[in-house]
Amino acid sequence: MATAHAIDGLFAALFVIFGLGVIGTRQMLGTLYLFVLHSLALTGSAIVLGVALGSPHLFWVAAITFSTKVVAVPLVLRYSAGLEIYGRREVDQVLTIPVSVLIAAALALVAWVAANPLVHALAARPFADINVPTGLMAVFFGAFTVAVRREAVAQLMGILIMENGAFFASISIVNDLTIIAEIAAAVDVPVAALVIGLLIRNIHSVTGITRVGLLAELKERR
Amino acid sequence: MTLALILIIPGFATLVALCSRRVAPWVTLASALAVLAFASIAALGVAHGGSVHAADGGLSLDGLSALYLLLVAFVGVTAALYSIGYLPARAAEQEDGIAPRYREYWPLFNLFLASMLAVPLLTNLAVIWIAIELTTIFSAFLVAYENRAAALEAAWKYVMLTSMGAMIALFGVLVLYYGIHNAGEPVSWAGLVAAAPRLNPAVLLIPFVLWLIGFGAKAGLVPMHTWLPDAHSQAPASVCALLSGVEVSAALYMLLRIYPALAGNPGIARPALWYIVAGLLSVAVAAFLILQVRDYKRLFAYSTIEHMGIILAACGIGAAANQMGTVYQFFAHAFTKSFCFYAAGLATIEFGTQEIASVRGLLARSPVAGWSLLLGAIAIAGAPPFALFISEFQILATGFGAGEYVATGLLTALIVLAFIAILYQVGRIVFGEPDAGAPRIKLPTTSVVALSVAFAPMFVFGFYLPPPLAALVQHAAALLAGPS
Repeated sequence: MATAHAIDGLFAALFVIFGLGVIGTRQMLGTLYLFVLHSLALTGSAIVLGVALGSPHLFWVAAITFSTKVVAVPLVLRYSAGLEIYGRREVDQVLTIPVSVLIAAALALVAWVAANPLVHALAARPFADINVPTGLMAVFFGAFTVAVRREAVAQLMGILIMENGAFFASISIVNDLTIIAEIAAAVDVPVAALVIGLLIRNIHSVTGITRVGLLAELKERR
Repeated sequence: MTLALILIIPGFATLVALCSRRVAPWVTLASALAVLAFASIAALGVAHGGSVHAADGGLSLDGLSALYLLLVAFVGVTAALYSIGYLPARAAEQEDGIAPRYREYWPLFNLFLASMLAVPLLTNLAVIWIAIELTTIFSAFLVAYENRAAALEAAWKYVMLTSMGAMIALFGVLVLYYGIHNAGEPVSWAGLVAAAPRLNPAVLLIPFVLWLIGFGAKAGLVPMHTWLPDAHSQAPASVCALLSGVEVSAALYMLLRIYPALAGNPGIARPALWYIVAGLLSVAVAAFLILQVRDYKRLFAYSTIEHMGIILAACGIGAAANQMGTVYQFFAHAFTKSFCFYAAGLATIEFGTQEIASVRGLLARSPVAGWSLLLGAIAIAGAPPFALFISEFQILATGFGAGEYVATGLLTALIVLAFIAILYQVGRIVFGEPDAGAPRIKLPTTSVVALSVAFAPMFVFGFYLPPPLAALVQHAAALLAGPS
């Protein structure tokens, strides 16, 4: 169990670093690759926990995460918003990269403190002390990415990072999610990516841009 | 089988709508009618208590879920009927040469309806979360129907804010899943209430706070409400009716259903306070925004925020157990708000604008649209003899009776402010002299029929509730009050 704990800790560290990378990188394609790595860290953690806890459901979670987020989501995005992802290189953001990373560090601390009562309540779950605060950090990082990135694809990555965060925490506390819920979640993510990808393509075809942060027609006029 | 059919029928209608554009509207209407019939049969089965299960327990229905199911099915019928005439009429209005997404509208309408119908029917909390997430996904392109830059911006805001909320709520769903499962109960609403007294308060309270933020974003609660007026100002009126009438209620339904569990946990002190604060904040902000709004579809969107707040606050001040309180407000808001958006849609066809300042004399120019908008405004503001008057009156009476003087006093003042603001704004539209040279436009027949159908419950349920429906409302209120 101690070895499993250490390996899970390694995946948790990678999970945080890749999440920070999505906030810090300027390259459009880079954010997609970092999301794939983020999902791989989630897959790795699910396998480690599956072995350590003897839970076949966690192998399902690992398989579903790998097939949907590592394989399907990039393919779906290539189909639906390929031009926007592969055609543009730089991602605009509201704050500079150093300021964003500083705020992300503060968010990580907040997540750690906020997860504390839950970690105490979940003392019976052996990996909750690692996965719950790490997962909450990713939820905060994802929300922050959506808030500071002006680019539609980067905002979508923020949403997906948030979902990864929720699952990273949950695999340590719920290792027997019903198969129906797992399959439904597996369908939900690529469908969401497809629809949002198509929305990005439409925004591009109608407005000529994908910098959704610059769209500001809808305001309460005074 | 009845419960499964409610989900299968819209799925089948989606396939037909994808294959044939010509029959899509009528197949959608027939499907919505069939769903309403089956939903009524299923609701009758639980009207006097108990619950029914299907698909090996994957689907279930109790009093509160049956009430919400009926609302979705009813608004689904009127929205389908309304769309048949409204969409071509709006397309004629669109002058900038951008073609609306008529081809995608009907399949997406059916998928959107199916995902909303799934929310009350599904048993497992994790799967219910997926259904709620799908309501956003399937309605994104319905909000962006007109395909203009503003509509796409509104759709993007809607998807991003509500998806962010959904991810925050997901964290809560999974923690709750652990808690219920660990307590040896099924991961359902009944299981949650049964497990609640034995749960560690943190395992219940943290998910609730995450839900309040996450599902609160979807329900349009302040300060996560910013997507709601934008989406409603850009979406077709039929989609607004679904969004405001029943979709935002799906998220509120989640917040209502967790209430008896919070109240049943001895370690959580005064859970009602969360509901009161969140509710009053939304009512207050919405009431002031209604006063300064410039667009009449945004006006009704702000009114939705106000009503979501009233329902939450009502739960907190003790009206959850009152059968004509929280539950009746939740029930009456759905069909009243859909009626308001149908009326607003007709006014848009008549004038070609949603700017309040540009619209005068609607009553004189189009009595049908004018009277509808006026009656809708009176009803949604909470005046007699309409259904919302009953519930608002009961909520306030319960609050004062329970000794919640400060919260109820504030709620009363804000409801009165919103009442005045709505009637002032709508009064500017319906009264006065219209432009003399403006051509008269024939309103689409199906839309007028849909408006009449939506008017019936809004008016009749203000003074008479059929016995089976009254029993269902009573059963739903008992579930919301919890075992104590």
